[in-house]
Amino acid sequence: MADGTSVPIGGLASAKSAGRKTAMQKFAQRRSTTGFLLCLPLILLVACFVVYPAFYAIYLSMLNKKMTAFVGLGNFQFLLKRHTFQLVIFQSCLFAITAVVLKALLGFTLAHLMHNIPGKNQKIWRGLLLVPWVIPLALSTLTWWWMFDPSYSAFNWVLNQFGFANVPWLGVGWIARFCTIAVNVWYGTPFFMIMYLAALKSVPEQLYEASAIDGANAVQKLFFVTLPMMRNIISITVLFSLITTFADFDIVRILTAGGPQDMTHVFATYAFQVGIQSGDIPLGAADSLFMFPILAFAAFFVLRGVTKRTKEIAA
Amino acid sequence: MTTPRTTKSKPGNVTRRRALKLAAASAALPLVHIRTGRAAGKVSIAFWDHWVPAGNAAMQKQVEAWGAKNQVEVQADFITSNGSKNILTIAAEAQAKTGHDVQAFPSWEVHNNADLLEPIDDVMKRLTDKFGQVNDVCSYLAKVKGHWLAVPTSSGTQYKGPCGRISVLKEKAGLDIVGMYPAKAGHTAASDAWTWDVHYKAAEACYKAGMPFAIGLGQTSDSVDTAGALFAAFGAELVDKDGNITVKSDKVRAVLEHGQKLVKVLPDDAVSFDDASNNRALISGKSALIWNPPSAWAVAKRDAPQVAADSWSFSAPSGPAGRFLPYLPFFWGVWSFSKNKGAAKDLIEALLQREPVQERCDAVSGYDVPPFTSMLDFKIWEEVEPPQGTVYNYPLRPFHNAKAHIAALPAPPEIAVQIYNRGTMPTMLAKLKSGQTIDQVIAWANDELEGFSR
Repeated sequence: MADGTSVPIGGLASAKSAGRKTAMQKFAQRRSTTGFLLCLPLILLVACFVVYPAFYAIYLSMLNKKMTAFVGLGNFQFLLKRHTFQLVIFQSCLFAITAVVLKALLGFTLAHLMHNIPGKNQKIWRGLLLVPWVIPLALSTLTWWWMFDPSYSAFNWVLNQFGFANVPWLGVGWIARFCTIAVNVWYGTPFFMIMYLAALKSVPEQLYEASAIDGANAVQKLFFVTLPMMRNIISITVLFSLITTFADFDIVRILTAGGPQDMTHVFATYAFQVGIQSGDIPLGAADSLFMFPILAFAAFFVLRGVTKRTKEIAA
Repeated sequence: MTTPRTTKSKPGNVTRRRALKLAAASAALPLVHIRTGRAAGKVSIAFWDHWVPAGNAAMQKQVEAWGAKNQVEVQADFITSNGSKNILTIAAEAQAKTGHDVQAFPSWEVHNNADLLEPIDDVMKRLTDKFGQVNDVCSYLAKVKGHWLAVPTSSGTQYKGPCGRISVLKEKAGLDIVGMYPAKAGHTAASDAWTWDVHYKAAEACYKAGMPFAIGLGQTSDSVDTAGALFAAFGAELVDKDGNITVKSDKVRAVLEHGQKLVKVLPDDAVSFDDASNNRALISGKSALIWNPPSAWAVAKRDAPQVAADSWSFSAPSGPAGRFLPYLPFFWGVWSFSKNKGAAKDLIEALLQREPVQERCDAVSGYDVPPFTSMLDFKIWEEVEPPQGTVYNYPLRPFHNAKAHIAALPAPPEIAVQIYNRGTMPTMLAKLKSGQTIDQVIAWANDELEGFSR
């Protein structure tokens, strides 16, 4: 029996021998102990590669530039006063929020279109649309960079063919911002699509039938059946994507390296430039930790909503 | 009793174990592991992974020979600067206080890691006694509190002066660069007339002819170095040697007034240039002049021979404060946590003797510039072609009347490294290109510099 109430087979003799077991043996036989031991490798991995680096980063962020003295929150205060860092905060939020919203909308639309494709064709399209997500990001971003290249842009070549002038894709602040966001959306949309598609497939068909009988049209079905049934998966997907998008490094680093004039820097690329390239590791650590409260705030509200809805469903 | 597990597989089948072995072997490929006798211990050294593949092979051969002769087991790793991997490795080793015994430090990294480097005055003294002094940029970057913490090396050290198209500059701008800087020793009167004003007029003429000077205004090293040479030529210091912010000065205003004209005749996309953009512009035949070491010429020799045959490297133009040639040296330093400092220093000293330096310089067609002036008589710079002598004036020669320079010098290095890596000078020019006024640019720079001076 798997409910923890099973009795060992073996009768009285076994019961007597069990009575002679040492405390250590008893401890080892407890289900919780077994569970803990099985989880131990993962706990150690998380401790070594997540908890320790996180606390080490916090420690580093509170040191002076030479890493010889404790300065408390001095690095954070210093960063907040810098105009460039204010630009980084703005750009990081713009980049992450715009990209996540666009990915969610596009992913949702694509998932619906996909859901309505019958049979084998759906598998083919699903596979094709997943391609951006399965190509290593650094490689696909390089390809985008070639297309945006200042001198030999493939897009500009196309524009020229139709008589339009060149566009400095990565040379003008707002256009460069648009390009970095566009590449992130291109890369991340398939993830949303596949998650939403899975969620769509789990919505019971009876609900749609019942709403149809009640006279609901397509828009009403979307807002009163589909969306409520998908709310949890939408929340979790958005949260997950927000975390990864805020922490994005590859796209900005490869496409613009933060330029032009620092207008595309996000937390990670700025931390790299300040911490590694300019030799100010504590300031770089402080910069990268700015993501933490933003994401913790988002995670708290999203997960609270998910828990609340789960309880409602269970009730 | 346990039976040893055996792996049976048909020939040609890829088993998990075979795949793992293959993966391990592949991962080890970039590491050149040279084993010799171990009588004198072991030394590990991280070299800069040379752009020219022959550079690594020449280095490997020399290290192997030194190891065999001195009974030292040497592990030589060649670490690329692509994606700043070499800087990441240095940062990781500094944090972990373990790793290679010797590291190749790009320009600013000696100061960044000064507390963890073994003084190397003894080696430096013997080398300078034998081969002459090194330039001021080397002292600025590697001499901390009166002690040499790393030795300037030839491997990866480069000048980044102009490389122009002979025929295009002559035809479109009336500039005879071969006449100004011929491939022979001696000063020419024509080179005295090579000023930033002439540079601007030539840039304007070539821009109008559809062959703009491909000078970047991005934040990568090529853009920074060119802007640094321009600022230095006008005597414009953003921060002085004592750390005072001096951006609100007449000299800075003067250089920005010149910059305001210059940026208008640079390519429209100059602000998004990286270190490859200028190379591509020259190689594709779309530009009359770039500021770069001969790597662009070397690629053109392979991919666009007609462009290579028309290219010529020469010195920087002069300004009111003099002629300054961008210079980016590499250094070899020994970590203070090294377990075999003696052998590490011996290896560095051996690799910087005249013969091995020349051998490596020949292997990379003169790309690597030795730090010692006495070594500038290598024949390679005269012999390289086409056209013959194209890189003769690539290294700074005494009759150029120029000074080696790194952007942000003479600011204290801990501030200068930020001015350099944040691309403050080219960004100032980029802001002019975007239409900002000189006052706005100075105000922005002042705010940035206050942040660097914390």
